Amino acid sequence: MGAPHGHHLHWHGHSPIHRLPAHVKLVSLLAFVVTVVATPREAYWAFAAYLLLMLGVWVASRVPLGYLARRMVVEVPFVVFALLIPFVATGPRVDVGPLSLSEPGLLAAWGILAKATLGVMASLALATTTEPRDIVAGLEHLRLPALMVGILTFMLRYLDVVVGELERMRIARESRGFRATSVRQWPAIAATTGALFIRSYERGERVHLAMLSRGYGGRMPLLHETSTPASAWARGLALPAAALLVLVAAVVLR
Amino acid sequence: MSFPVLDVQGLAYAYPDGHQALFGVNLHVHQGERVALLGPNGAGKTTLVLHLNGILTAGKGAVAVSGLPVTKDNLLEIRRRVGIVFQDPDDQLFMPTVRDDVAFGPANLGLRGAELDARVASALEAVGMADFADRPPHHLSFGQRRRVAVATVLAMEPEILVLDEPSSNLDPASRRELADILRSLDVTVLMVTHDLPYALELCERAVILSDGVIVADGPTRDILLDEETMRAHRLELPFGFNPATLPER
Repeated sequence: MGAPHGHHLHWHGHSPIHRLPAHVKLVSLLAFVVTVVATPREAYWAFAAYLLLMLGVWVASRVPLGYLARRMVVEVPFVVFALLIPFVATGPRVDVGPLSLSEPGLLAAWGILAKATLGVMASLALATTTEPRDIVAGLEHLRLPALMVGILTFMLRYLDVVVGELERMRIARESRGFRATSVRQWPAIAATTGALFIRSYERGERVHLAMLSRGYGGRMPLLHETSTPASAWARGLALPAAALLVLVAAVVLR
Repeated sequence: MSFPVLDVQGLAYAYPDGHQALFGVNLHVHQGERVALLGPNGAGKTTLVLHLNGILTAGKGAVAVSGLPVTKDNLLEIRRRVGIVFQDPDDQLFMPTVRDDVAFGPANLGLRGAELDARVASALEAVGMADFADRPPHHLSFGQRRRVAVATVLAMEPEILVLDEPSSNLDPASRRELADILRSLDVTVLMVTHDLPYALELCERAVILSDGVIVADGPTRDILLDEETMRAHRLELPFGFNPATLPER
C-alpha cells in the first residue's frame, strides 16, 4: 500500500520474459514450483541447479538484481519459521557449537528454506515482469471461474480509489486534532474502518447500476480473444522443462 | 408522426421504504434537443434518471424511448437507446483499461471483433481521448475520466445522452472542453445540473423538477430569468451572473 497505483512490484521493461503472454508465465510458474516442491530435499545438487535456472531467468528479465533481492524480504516469516525447527524438532541431535540441534529438524529447515526461496524467486520473476491486470487476464485465459476473475479485476481497479478515500479520511481526522497515540483512540479508527466499508459498499452498488445501464446481463463480455503461438509456449515452458529434467535425474540417481 | 425520443407520462414512484420521490412527471424530449433538468437537491432528479433506462420501474405512469416502452422485455434495447453518464467517473469506469471500458457497453450488445474496435475508436475520437486507449482509468485526470465516461456511453450509439452533473468537480478548462465536446455531438441530450450558466450555455430548453413534479418548462433563458419560480424552488443564479445581459443565442 502507499506505492503509486499499487504496481510496486512491476518493473517496466521489454525483455523476452516481459513479452511472454501472462498465462504462459503462470503455467510455467506453477509447473516450476510443483517440480521444486516434489524434489527430495536430500538431492542438494538439484536445488543448486534450480537456483542457477532461476538466476538465469532473473538475468534474462533485465530487472535489476538489487531490486529483486530487496523484494525477497517477503520470505522472512518463512525463514524465521524454518530456523526455529532445528531447535524444537525431535530425533537424533547434533551439537553445533553451544547449540544442540535436531538432525531431522535441520533437514526439514533446509527443505523449507530452499523450496520457499526458489518459489519466491519464481513468483518475483512473474510479478516484476507482468502487469497485475495482465496476470488477471492470464488467469481468465486459463479458465479461472468468471466470478473470481471479476473479483480480482474490481479489486485491482478500486484498490487505489479505496486507499485514496482512506487517506482523505485520515487527513480529515488529523485536521481535527486526532492523533492515534493510545488504545483509547482506537474507537475512532474503528469508526473510520466502518465508514470506509459502508462507502465501498455503496460505491459497489453505484458501479453495479452503471454496469446495468450499459447492458450488463450478469456475464462479462469476452473482449480479448488471443491465440498463443506455439513458440511462446515453448519459450515459456523451457524453465519448468529444464527443472523437470533435473528432478528426473535427481530421482534416478538417488 | 415521429415519436419523441423521450416520452415520460404521469410517472410516479415511491421507494420501497415508502418515501415517494415522483408524483406524476410529464416530460417529452424531441430529437436533437438539449434539455437541462434543473431542481434543488432531493427533487427527484436522480430517481427520474434511473427510470429512463429501466433501473427503476415506474410505480405509475410510463416511460417510452423513441416509441419503445420501458419494460422488462425491452431492457437491453432501452439501455442501448438511453446512455447515462453518472456523476462519479470512478463508478462508471471499472475495467482495467480505457479501451476495455469503452468496449464494455457495445460488447454487451453483442458486438465483436473489428466492428467493436471501430465503435471504441470512434467514441474515444469523439471525446478526444483516442491516445489514452491503453491507459488504466485511474491514471487519468478527473476531466479525462469524465470524458472517457461519456465515450463509454457514446460507444453504444444512444439516441439520448443523459448526463448527471456533467460539470461537477471539473476545473474551468475541463468544464469548457466538455462543453465543446457535448456541442460537437450529434445526439439528443438531457442534462441534470446545478450549474445554471452551463445549462444556459448548452441547452436551449430547461425544465425544473421540484418535489417530484415538473414545475416549469421553457427556454432556458426565460426560466433562469423567472425570479419568482426560481426562488420558489430553491434555485439561485451564481453571484454576478445575469442571463439578461448575455447576448441572445
